[in-house]
This record gives sequence, structure tokens and C-alpha cells, in this order.
Amino acid sequence: MAGATKEVTDATFDAEVLKSDKPVLVDFWATWCGPCRQVAPVLEDIAAEHADKLTVVKLDVDANQETAAAYNVISIPTLNVYKGGELVKTITGARPKAALLRELAEYL
Amino acid sequence: MSDVRNVIIIGSGPSGYTAALYTARASLKPLVFEGAVTAGGALMNTTEVENFPGYRDGIMGPELMDNMRAQAERFGAELVPDDVIAVDLTGDIKTVTDSEGTVHRARAVIVATGSQHRKLDLPNEDKLSGRGVSWCATCDGFFFRDQDIAVVGGGDTALEEATFLSRFAKSVTVIHRRNSLRASKAMQERAFADPKITFAWDSAVEEIHGDPKLSGLTLRDTNTGDLRELPVTGLFIAIGHDPRTELFKGQLELDAEGYLKVEAPSTRTNVPGVFAAGDVVDHTYRQAITAAGTGCSAALDAERYLAALSDADEAPAAVVAV
Repeated sequence: MAGATKEVTDATFDAEVLKSDKPVLVDFWATWCGPCRQVAPVLEDIAAEHADKLTVVKLDVDANQETAAAYNVISIPTLNVYKGGELVKTITGARPKAALLRELAEYL
Repeated sequence: MSDVRNVIIIGSGPSGYTAALYTARASLKPLVFEGAVTAGGALMNTTEVENFPGYRDGIMGPELMDNMRAQAERFGAELVPDDVIAVDLTGDIKTVTDSEGTVHRARAVIVATGSQHRKLDLPNEDKLSGRGVSWCATCDGFFFRDQDIAVVGGGDTALEEATFLSRFAKSVTVIHRRNSLRASKAMQERAFADPKITFAWDSAVEEIHGDPKLSGLTLRDTNTGDLRELPVTGLFIAIGHDPRTELFKGQLELDAEGYLKVEAPSTRTNVPGVFAAGDVVDHTYRQAITAAGTGCSAALDAERYLAALSDADEAPAAVVAV
């Protein structure tokens, strides 16, 4: 889906996520993950509504195993927030929008 | 306040989408609350579905659900990817409140909220969730390549997960409380023939260990009470489901296990105008096709109920005319 979220890869993770000025929410997902598909539209909404505060990107764990392994991602969807190059928040599993907004409140 | 609709459907698995398809084709313009992150229902977490009639070569669970959704939408079902947070079903006009607080009204409601994964209710289960403890083999199996993992449960879901996981894992131990399985013969034969799958019979998970990631389990022999350790880095929990009926407590009649009661073989609940279908009712079969079947029944029951209502509305006018 071409929307408010952008794809990142092992190659672009450093520049797009770790060196970003804004906090970045990374959605670790894969095409074969049903709950990832279920939460995707919620993330699109959050990305569109909070673009000024938070960048939302997607990382396909199939194609980008290095980054997934580096952050010990062993369950998807995993939603990691990075701020100033540091991992500051991990949410595993799909949640309704209201629940995600509550968990992300300090970055929005 | 919104207009009064004919029918609102709560839930979107095979049952909700089939009810949507039938009521849409009957020009009832159903409004369907699909659930915010549960749209598509339990089949969204499965891989190959081999036993849905009509798909002779099988179909992926999420694709089957996409098809059902599109088919319902084609006939005018209005699909909303949102949760329902409150209902008032008791009056002639039912109200359904969405997560933003908007109140929707309808003459009939079809409940197809399905079920949710049952937990072991052990300390550490939540803490290690996403750190080795999982409820979704298709999501997480990929991360356990060449590792020793366990599946707890003895039904079709447990064995389906075990056979799926054996593609990646070094070994899969199926932990089951009894010494025989509830799963279908076909699934059992497949699991027994799989060289990577072993069974821990008469065993229950007593403790879950690991910090920060899962490192092992303590199993208790259900006959002797003996304890033993099983070192695993993955634990997939497939011990069944509980019906999702929290919203309806105090309004609809539930049985002792929390399932909605219906006047079988109809889908009528104890409240006129409220119908229930799929796994939220079904203790026994819990298949995609049975959920779709009762979803169809609920649509037809709702259609008849609405027709009777409009006949009743017209009756006094007819009397006056005479």
C-alpha cells in the first residue's frame, strides 16, 4: 500500500531510522503474517495523522533478516520506536488504534 | 443520531462475512463491524485451508477471507474496520456503539464475534509473549529456524501448528495433557509421520522460564505429578478458544462456558431481533464452513424477522382500510 508509511531495508535502516531527527516507528512485518495485514491500516492512519511528530516505516523481515535479528525480533508484528538512534519502545502483536495511540502517547 | 438500519453485523470471520453477503443480496444494506485488528477472524492466522469446499487445491486463510469480504462488499455490505465497544440490544431498536463513540441503530443485530485464544494463565506468559511465547505459528515460526520449540495443545490447531513449525524448527515437542489427541485423523497421521515432531503425553506446562527470552519449560506429568524440564526457545500455545461474549453479558443468555445460547436449529438468541452465528455459539464444530453455514442461517433468520416486523407495521393500516 502506497500511503503514509514508507519501506525501509537493512541497507537504509541506519539513515532512515537511526539517524532520523524525529522518532521512528518501525513495523516489522511479512507478507505471510495475517495480524500484520490487520494492523497495517491502523498504522497508515497513525502515520497520516501524526506525520509531524512520528515517522512510520515498514520493514519486511523476510527480505531484511539482518535488522530483525539485530533487534531480536522473534514475533510479528513487532512495532519498535527508535529515538535518537536508540530503541525506546517495543510493542508486539496487533492492537486496535486506540490502544496503540495510548502506548505511543509520549511520542505523538 | 443516525438512521435506523435494518441490520448490523458484529464480527467478520466466515460467519460475519457470509451473513453480510446474504443480507446484502437481500437488499438489507448491512453495516458490518469487522473489528479493528481482528478483521477476517481466526483464519487470518492460518496458512493453507484444505477443507473449505470448492477450493479443490486449498487456499490460504487470509486469501479466503479477502475473497469473502470482497464478495459481501460487491452486493453492498458496508464494511467498517472498527470495534464495537457497547451494545444495547433489549429494545425494538438496537444500538451499537463504535470505538469513537458513534451510536448506530438497527432493527436486527447478528452477533458473529467468534472466539479468542485461551491462555495458560501462568506467570511469565505475558512477559515472554513476543519473546518466545506465541499464539501465531504462521507469524512467528520463521524466527525459530533450527531451534527446539514446543506446541501445547491436542486439537487440530495444535497439530497444524506443529506440522507447520517443523519446516523451520530443529525439533517440535507437542505437549498434551492426555495420551490421545482430539485432532482429526488426517492431522494426527501427518504429525505422527513427521520425524521432527515428538509428543510429551500426559504433560502440562507448569512453569515458563526465561529472561529476557524464553529458555525452557517445566512440565508436570498429569498422572504422577513428576516434574521435568524441557529446554525450548519457542512455545506456541494452542489450547483452544473462549467465545468473545464480554459485550453481551447481562443482555444475551450465555451458557456456563460463556457461549451465546440460541434456539437451535435457528440462530435466534433469547432477545427478539438478535441472532448469533459462528464460533461464538459453537462448542463443537468450529470450522470455517460451519461458521459460514450458521452465518447464512442468521442472515435468513434476520431477513424473516424484519419481514414479519414490516407486516406487523402494515397490519393496523389494513384494518383501518377495512
